[in-house]
Amino acid sequence: MTETVISMDIDERRATAALQELSDKLDAASGKIILDFAAVHRIHASVLRGLEELAHAADQKGLAIVLRCVGLNAYRVLKLVRLTRRFSFEN
Amino acid sequence: MIASDMAQERTQAAAPTDSLSLERTAYLDTLVTQATTAAALFSQFTQEEVDRIVKAMAMAGLEQAQHLARLAVEETRLGVMEDKVIKNMVASEFVYNYVKDRRTVGVIREFPERNLFEIAEPVGVLFSLTPITNPTSTVIFKCIVAVKTRNTIVFSPHPKAWRCCAEAVRIMYETAVKHGAPEGVFSCIESPTLPDNAYLMRHKDVAMIDATGGPGAVKAAYSSGKPALGVGPGNTPVYLEKTADLNCAVVDIIISKTFDNGTICASEQTVVIDDEIYDATLEKFASLGAHICNEEETDLLGRTVIDPQTGFMQPMAVGQKATDIARFIGLKVKPETKLLIAPIRGVGREHPLSVEKLFPVLAVYRAKSVNEALRVCVDVNHAGGVGHTAIVFSRDDEVVRQFGEVINAGRIIVNSPGSIGALGAVYNDLVPTFSFGCGTGGGNSTTDNVNIYHYLNIKRIARRTQNHMWFRVPNQIYFNMNAVENVRNFPSRSTVLVTNPALEQMGHEDIVRRNLGPDTHLHVLVIPDTEPEINTIMRGVEELNLYKADQIIALGGGSVIDAAKIMKLKYESPEADLEELAAPFLDLRKRVVQYPKEKTKRVRLIAIATTSGTGSEVTPFAVLTDKASGRKVTLADYSISPDVAIVDPQFVLSMPKSLTADTGIDCLTHALEAAVSNYASPYTDSNAMQAIRLAFRYLPSAFEHPQDEEARSMMHNAACIAAMAFSNASLGVNHALAHAFGARFGVAHGRANALMLPHVIAYNAAVPAKFMPSPYTQGYAANKKYATIADLLGLGGNTVEEKVAKLIAATERLLDQLGFPRSIAELGISKEEFERAIPGLVKVTFDDPSWRSNPRMPLMKELVELFRKAYEGRGASQRSRVNGEQTT
Repeated sequence: MTETVISMDIDERRATAALQELSDKLDAASGKIILDFAAVHRIHASVLRGLEELAHAADQKGLAIVLRCVGLNAYRVLKLVRLTRRFSFEN
Repeated sequence: MIASDMAQERTQAAAPTDSLSLERTAYLDTLVTQATTAAALFSQFTQEEVDRIVKAMAMAGLEQAQHLARLAVEETRLGVMEDKVIKNMVASEFVYNYVKDRRTVGVIREFPERNLFEIAEPVGVLFSLTPITNPTSTVIFKCIVAVKTRNTIVFSPHPKAWRCCAEAVRIMYETAVKHGAPEGVFSCIESPTLPDNAYLMRHKDVAMIDATGGPGAVKAAYSSGKPALGVGPGNTPVYLEKTADLNCAVVDIIISKTFDNGTICASEQTVVIDDEIYDATLEKFASLGAHICNEEETDLLGRTVIDPQTGFMQPMAVGQKATDIARFIGLKVKPETKLLIAPIRGVGREHPLSVEKLFPVLAVYRAKSVNEALRVCVDVNHAGGVGHTAIVFSRDDEVVRQFGEVINAGRIIVNSPGSIGALGAVYNDLVPTFSFGCGTGGGNSTTDNVNIYHYLNIKRIARRTQNHMWFRVPNQIYFNMNAVENVRNFPSRSTVLVTNPALEQMGHEDIVRRNLGPDTHLHVLVIPDTEPEINTIMRGVEELNLYKADQIIALGGGSVIDAAKIMKLKYESPEADLEELAAPFLDLRKRVVQYPKEKTKRVRLIAIATTSGTGSEVTPFAVLTDKASGRKVTLADYSISPDVAIVDPQFVLSMPKSLTADTGIDCLTHALEAAVSNYASPYTDSNAMQAIRLAFRYLPSAFEHPQDEEARSMMHNAACIAAMAFSNASLGVNHALAHAFGARFGVAHGRANALMLPHVIAYNAAVPAKFMPSPYTQGYAANKKYATIADLLGLGGNTVEEKVAKLIAATERLLDQLGFPRSIAELGISKEEFERAIPGLVKVTFDDPSWRSNPRMPLMKELVELFRKAYEGRGASQRSRVNGEQTT
């Protein structure tokens, strides 16, 4: 399975843009997409929206999205909005 | 609450949700989804971020107070704009002042001395109802509290106040988001309906309901299946007692009752006035702008402002000025009239004005006594206001206390205006709120003034505490040959020597007598050498009283010393109830029964042991037999330990062999059980191990060569040292089994212990089916303890299992040397008889507190197995292991 690894930027605006870009490129993607959250300390509303859209698009294309190195506080946010079941998580 | 809205409220619970359109449902879902997302994002905020937003919101509330007050009055047609400005400012400034320095994020409280700390967790999405009476102030209050605790709210205002509430929500929302709060933190339903409320009360993503509304709404909230906060109806009684500062009280009542035209539910409703000051009070009211109604006018009021059908206040009167009410009902009053006062003669439907009146009409009652006044206040309280608020004006603390005790109200306001006083933080130190909990009387879950802590789930992190332990023994123990001579160091005017017939005949009493001072009067009390009975004890107490004893010397084995301990207890504390003092307990420090500390007299107890032994000379235990029931009653408290212990081996040289063996094995069992006990400590271990070593080394010699002074001396010491160990570490299941078996079949205690001992060692050393919960131990170590004992005795072995096996073998060899029967069967008890007895034995064993410090928790079926193994005898436990069975 091919893997595409993308590091999420700590800057909210760049992170949001990156998610948007990724959503747009999903047609050409295959296999597993890994988003590295090591640099992300807080989930902002726009990132949350981006992840929801990404999850929806990935579902439609049958792609697996893995979130890597998600901090505990960020994980809680994803849990509270029921997004954790849409992704896999890696340390 | 306005009556017509009350009717509407009463149907809240039954409001159907299927009348909602799909669009409406989608709209409501969107509000909740936005709030859910906002709550999730909010959960990441720090205390500093939250506090910054809260401060900005408080400022906004203050700046917009007038704007919102005007909107509220215009829309609801209730209240006084100027007073609503004050409410908005209290909701902003006073609430902010209360919350600003309080921690609501992360660790909020720490109790280092308890190894405990608390962490705050937001509740999540709140669905909040707001009233018509305090619309905008309630919104401001709830928004500040919600943000402070990182929660979000979907508001459902009262339908007749939704515009001003929506505006308040908008102001709070825009301020919060501008200062960093997540979007969606607040929302307000447009044109809310009962089906909207019913739908959201059951919405899966709403975490909690905060219903500041009428009884119907509150009931619906609590019936929804969600956690809920609610409020209750009020009917505030006021007691104006004769010692009150009349000037202050009257002004306070006018302030409160006219504040916002009486719309705060905590405001005064019926003032009960002591007869002595009744007339002066009414004069004062009149001089300050109140109209005192005559009988006809009171009757008119009662028929008009109270609905004769329902008995509730008329909606048209709520929040209206006194002069407007008067004009509306045709009552002539002066134009400057602030308040209409109506004297009433009772409480109930026949006295319509005795109910809640959220407008400037006040009922007054003349009371002829304090009792009558309080009784009427209770009546008013129970006429629709249980749990809410009550007020007392008095300078007599006893009256205030009495009032507080008889009235059921969450807020008892003293010498202050009720409405503003109940809000909190203005006239007193109550927590500021716009949501009054009324407790169970009002159908609520709390009587608190709701604030930040009700919007939090508080998590308590409890670290394991290191319970302090102790090592307590008599502070004077004299040992070695002729230690009895130390008796002369204890001056006494009158000594009672307690002993048994055998020792008296042997002349041991003379040895003691010779060592007493010349001025000591000695009286000898001879008691049977069996476990003491209550008659024996009371006979002894009589003697102590007769001779006014200041000293008791107990010369004997465990039974004699135990008897002396109990005699001392009853002599010093005649009111002590022995039955009560023998009540069971789990933890000595938390026991229900306390031993007497106050004593009418004090007597010194010197214990001289003549067996090696129970160790009773140093223990805090005493066993008594109730002859009538045959029950053994055990007293356990350090206060009954002897003051002085004398361990003089001259008194044991003549012990017969069987007694030497029995008491010697009792000593060994004490030490072995103390060693593996859950209460063992380095202090008790040092004693236990030494006692074990001495017993294995010297008991055979003491048994075979009774005149071997060294062996006798060492065993005598071993018994005392073992007792010091188990006095602090307690015993175990061996003694529980032996107690039950010995009592049932009349077998000497030591012998009974011996029959159980090898099997109990094997049992305790095996991996437990059930571990004994004990805060004093960490991990399971009984097997390793036994292995250490084996090493101490030089028994060899390489692994823990081998060493345990060697210890069991060494124990069995010792028992053989001492000539003990090695099975219950050898005692001539038939298997059938024993099997029949087992259920009773198990019950008595399980009731025995001795096993509670056992390292392994004995299950009933395991006790059965232990008894059966003891019946079978030597090697039974080993055979279980060889056959692959878990040892019981």
